[in-house]
Amino acid sequence: MSREAFVNAAILLALLAVPLWALANDEPFTITLATRAAILALAGVGLNVALGLGGLVSLGHAVFFGIGGYAMGVLASHAQSYDPIMEAPFLIEGTKSMPIIWIAALVTSAIAALGIGALSLRTSGVYFIMITLAFGQMAYYFAIGWPAYGGEDGLSIYVRNGFPGLNTLDPIQFFAIAYTLLLLALLLVWRLSKSPFGLALNAARQSAARVETAGIRPYTLRLTAFVISGALTGLAGALFADLNRFVSPSMLSWQTSGEIMVFIILGGVGRLCAPVAGAGMFVLLEHWLGGTGEFWHIWLGAILLFVVLFARGGLIGALAGRGRTDG
Amino acid sequence: MPTALLVEQLLNGLQAGMTLFLMAAGLTLVFGVMGLINLAHGSLYMVGAFAAAAVAAATGSFLLALAAALAAGAIAGVVVEMVVIRRLYDRDHLDQVLATFALILIFSEGTRWVFGSFPLQLDIPAWLAGPITLPGGIPYPLYRLTIIGIGLAVAIALWLLIERTRTGIRIRAGENDREMISALGVDISRLYTLVFALGAALAGLAGALVGAIQSVQVGMGEPVLILAFVVIVIGGIGSIRGALIGALLVGMTDTMGRILLPSLLATITDASMAASVGASLASMSVYILMAVVLVWRPSGLFGAAT
Repeated sequence: MSREAFVNAAILLALLAVPLWALANDEPFTITLATRAAILALAGVGLNVALGLGGLVSLGHAVFFGIGGYAMGVLASHAQSYDPIMEAPFLIEGTKSMPIIWIAALVTSAIAALGIGALSLRTSGVYFIMITLAFGQMAYYFAIGWPAYGGEDGLSIYVRNGFPGLNTLDPIQFFAIAYTLLLLALLLVWRLSKSPFGLALNAARQSAARVETAGIRPYTLRLTAFVISGALTGLAGALFADLNRFVSPSMLSWQTSGEIMVFIILGGVGRLCAPVAGAGMFVLLEHWLGGTGEFWHIWLGAILLFVVLFARGGLIGALAGRGRTDG
Repeated sequence: MPTALLVEQLLNGLQAGMTLFLMAAGLTLVFGVMGLINLAHGSLYMVGAFAAAAVAAATGSFLLALAAALAAGAIAGVVVEMVVIRRLYDRDHLDQVLATFALILIFSEGTRWVFGSFPLQLDIPAWLAGPITLPGGIPYPLYRLTIIGIGLAVAIALWLLIERTRTGIRIRAGENDREMISALGVDISRLYTLVFALGAALAGLAGALVGAIQSVQVGMGEPVLILAFVVIVIGGIGSIRGALIGALLVGMTDTMGRILLPSLLATITDASMAASVGASLASMSVYILMAVVLVWRPSGLFGAAT
């Protein structure tokens, strides 16, 4: 087992141990914090497919996070008011079932990623960053101006959605759902990175011209990665909305995009478990520093600046030593 | 639509475009010369607005407030460049995005710490407050006309600076080949600081000018920053001319969309629906414009092909 694999296992076990400890000591709030970390980590794992594997610096992933959130909000709000979403040409009713909501979140965010990716990937580098940011802003204003689902005020759901056989209102059971999905997503991304597709994507990140010479279109590779990336982040959005029983345009804001990216840099760019380590650190900082006063973002900014300027490997780099050297 | 209203909205679009140009010019210069994407440009805009509001409250002079905005922008720019930005020129875009995102967090919370969370008031001075009658008998606020004038003056001054002065030659040379001009004995790091400070001062000025129309508050910079990104993506990164044309296009689209879309929609749906959907479509219109331009020309209107 390599040192990084050991660190990864330790991080994942720690994320599991904290809520179990909290369960034994009857501290439901700590379980909720761990659930929050797991869900944010899932969003980061999604972004990491585009950013870490594909080298695509997307500053608009809040779009997919928000679409997942609104997929949950729209379906659940129609279910709680017994008002079908549409009746013609065929009947679509709301639902309070998590698996169906997840599928809706995955599909809608994948479609959005396909559209945004197809346009944005025509460009590269700094243009790509600005364009994904602009699409994010477009979705944000659309949600604000969309009165049917709360507009600026957002949308509240009274009871958390259900999962067959589980009581999702119990914090530890909801944590188990989020944690399992996180593990599945990590497994998927790990398999993906070792597959021919992942290898070609990695090669395209390092030198698009060489991949093209080998007869593979970098555009198709990147678009595929972007769609997978968006779909996973969308799934995380649905869970996040379910955790808060609330969805609002702030999930689509550009700060959210920035924060998801922050998880990856705090953990260490190019590492499989970077989003998990980073999201865990972020939730801890938010909890501790948030308790010291209302200006905790200034410390988050300082820490982030330090990591970017002086400690590029992030947390996993510090623990596991040098990883891949190609940057 | 009556002509007076149309002229007024066209001028409003022009004014919005000019303030966007003040932001976009700095961004595009910094990217063109140093290859740096600076998310914290919106924070410099905010710094300018707060400096202007503080000085106006203390002295009551609007001109001093504008000077303070320029100075505060430039000083903040020099400090940030020397402490942080300088280390980022050789890094990849991801590092630049994250480090300047961190700067936004620090600037925003720092400003909130010093000035509190409540918006500050920056008033238009009495001698610029009234309406002026344009040819054709159309009244228009003098202050907004002044902003258009300042924007034009800055555009001309920037053009003269870049095309007609020695510094401008160095800036253009820096865009083309930074090793070469440092080999020729130009102090490249001083040139970079100068360019960054110039962009920062313009952002500060824009913040003060807009702050007198809207309110001066934390977070005011980021929506403008993102619009300025749209501007330079449309105009082509690194091109001052592109920034001007892009800014005018975006300002016009945004302003006219807000006026025309709701009334256009009102002809097909009921009034309240048209008002809300129209407003939401209007705020999306600039991004749709950007998408169209990109499909047509992926490097923007005046950008070099990549």
